[in-house]
Amino acid sequence: MLLLAEQALNGLQYGMMLFLMAAGLTLVFGVMGLINLAHGSLYMIGAFACAAVAAATGSFWLGMAASLAAAAAAGAVVEMAVIRRLYARDHLDQVLATFALILFFSEGTRWVFGSFPLYLTLPSALSGAVTLPGGLQYPVFRLVIIAVGAAVALGLWLLITRTRLGIRIRAGEADREMIGALGVDIARLYTIVFALGAALAGLAGALVGSIQSVQVGMGEPVLILAFVVIVIGGIGSVKGALVGALLVGMTDTLGKALLPGLLATVMDPSSANTIGSALASMMIYILMAVILIARPQGLYGARA
Amino acid sequence: MRRDMTINLVIFGLLVATAIGAHLMGEGFTVTLATKAAIFGLAGVGLNLALGYGGLVSFGHAAFFGIGGYVTGIFASHAASGQPILTLPFTLAGSNEMLGIWPMAMVAAGLAALVIGALSLRTTGVYFIMVTLAFAQMLFYFAISWPRYGGEDGLSFYVRNTFPGLNTFDPIQYFAICATLLGLALLFTAVVTQSRFGLALQAARQNSQRTVAVGIRPYGIRLTAFVLSGMIVGLAGALYADLNRFVSPAMLSWHMSGEIMVFVILGGVGRLCGPVAGAAIFILLEHLLGGVSDYWQALLGLLLLAIVLFAPGGLIGIVTGSRRHA
Repeated sequence: MLLLAEQALNGLQYGMMLFLMAAGLTLVFGVMGLINLAHGSLYMIGAFACAAVAAATGSFWLGMAASLAAAAAAGAVVEMAVIRRLYARDHLDQVLATFALILFFSEGTRWVFGSFPLYLTLPSALSGAVTLPGGLQYPVFRLVIIAVGAAVALGLWLLITRTRLGIRIRAGEADREMIGALGVDIARLYTIVFALGAALAGLAGALVGSIQSVQVGMGEPVLILAFVVIVIGGIGSVKGALVGALLVGMTDTLGKALLPGLLATVMDPSSANTIGSALASMMIYILMAVILIARPQGLYGARA
Repeated sequence: MRRDMTINLVIFGLLVATAIGAHLMGEGFTVTLATKAAIFGLAGVGLNLALGYGGLVSFGHAAFFGIGGYVTGIFASHAASGQPILTLPFTLAGSNEMLGIWPMAMVAAGLAALVIGALSLRTTGVYFIMVTLAFAQMLFYFAISWPRYGGEDGLSFYVRNTFPGLNTFDPIQYFAICATLLGLALLFTAVVTQSRFGLALQAARQNSQRTVAVGIRPYGIRLTAFVLSGMIVGLAGALYADLNRFVSPAMLSWHMSGEIMVFVILGGVGRLCGPVAGAAIFILLEHLLGGVSDYWQALLGLLLLAIVLFAPGGLIGIVTGSRRHA
């Protein structure tokens, strides 16, 4: 039972991290209609900025701030230099151009920082474990990630439903010509939305870099999962991204923890282990296929 | 139209001339590079059928490339060990005959394309891109976590498979095999895209609603194109496995899907020889830039970006001055 609770918390933490990635992707797609494969590079930039600043200053908190700033700045620059020219193009050109950006950023980072992974040291307030009700020992930092994810979800909801910027974002999703005609500077709005998404990706990178390691290529597996999340949730929907992220996080974590054991009750242990782990790593893609067959536009998607 | 045909002949002729010239000068390595270009070109030609002519932006064609490769690897490793691949429901022995392996690779890739296509074609636009990507990732993770055929480490086989009457180990003879198959695939594409089926496929890309209005249902046509496309890419995967005598999950990774797409777009989407030109240029750049810097992929990224932004018709588009041959 304790094991199950621990795995459920792990799934929740994984889901929240995916949400930070997926929120930016889905906003960028919803508002600008752009597929951004380079979102994983922004995640990587956030993690490297955090590691570099934390190593130089010795302060984890400055590193976190640097990850947000660096990813947002990189996002804004990329938007103005490249992405801006792609809005009117078809998805094929967008995929190729952002794929090219990945090559550029990955090799560029390898050139600056080398191929060896970097590690971050957590401040003492955040390291160690706490005992939760029920006697479960759980790392503090993973709880922090869950809290950050929840706070970002709440913040985004307030931003989109309660502020003037949020009104513009929603209007941009509905009809981009019309808000231009009403005097909103669309180019600036797009840069802000892109930088916001980039900052969230950078934050996710720094948080994950703190519990794993910071290395080139770390963004790619997460990027693909974030795409799975927004496709499940419905592209353009922040609520869909949250639900999709939690669903994917839970499915993946619980599948990996429980499937081999469940299969062992009906077959011999060694083949149950093999088939279980193979099946568990495919689970989220099976989940996605099933959801899309039932609802081709995703759970909360308006447009197919 | 005339001009396009000339360009196609020039591209294919250049590839063959490069290989023969290198062979005469004793540059075996260059012949192998040309072979790699022919194989990647074949994969691009396959993808082009779905992506260029059918407008089906598949980001998961590495799945078919990898399946073709794994079929080859599995047959070859069983031929070496002498154990049958299957005993139930029928006995299937390993083989090292290319002529026997190719149909198997194409059928396996075609079946996978049938299942993936039938499900993915329910969606359109970005969803289609992402769903095809997800299916390829599913196979990628399956290959990584299935230990029977090497798992993450991949599967190597020590002897290249055989072709009657030829020594497949001789670089120029293996190039001849690959280039012939590439030529056949180009011929097939040329015939198919001019047929009633091909015209309906292109009509469905240009205007789906009108196609429906004249009484053609796009779903079946698109699915057929997707399966044919998958089979050609599967054949390319089989040749690639034999070239390296090694298959690994990397053949199934999304980077591979991206690269096959790059071949098509670099050369020119929806042009017969576009993918061949794209693959050849890609291999050439990889080779040249690799000599300039260890970080050649960064330069490649910048170059790709420049082509997408400033020459959306690809390299052939620069020559003919038009965005797309449609």
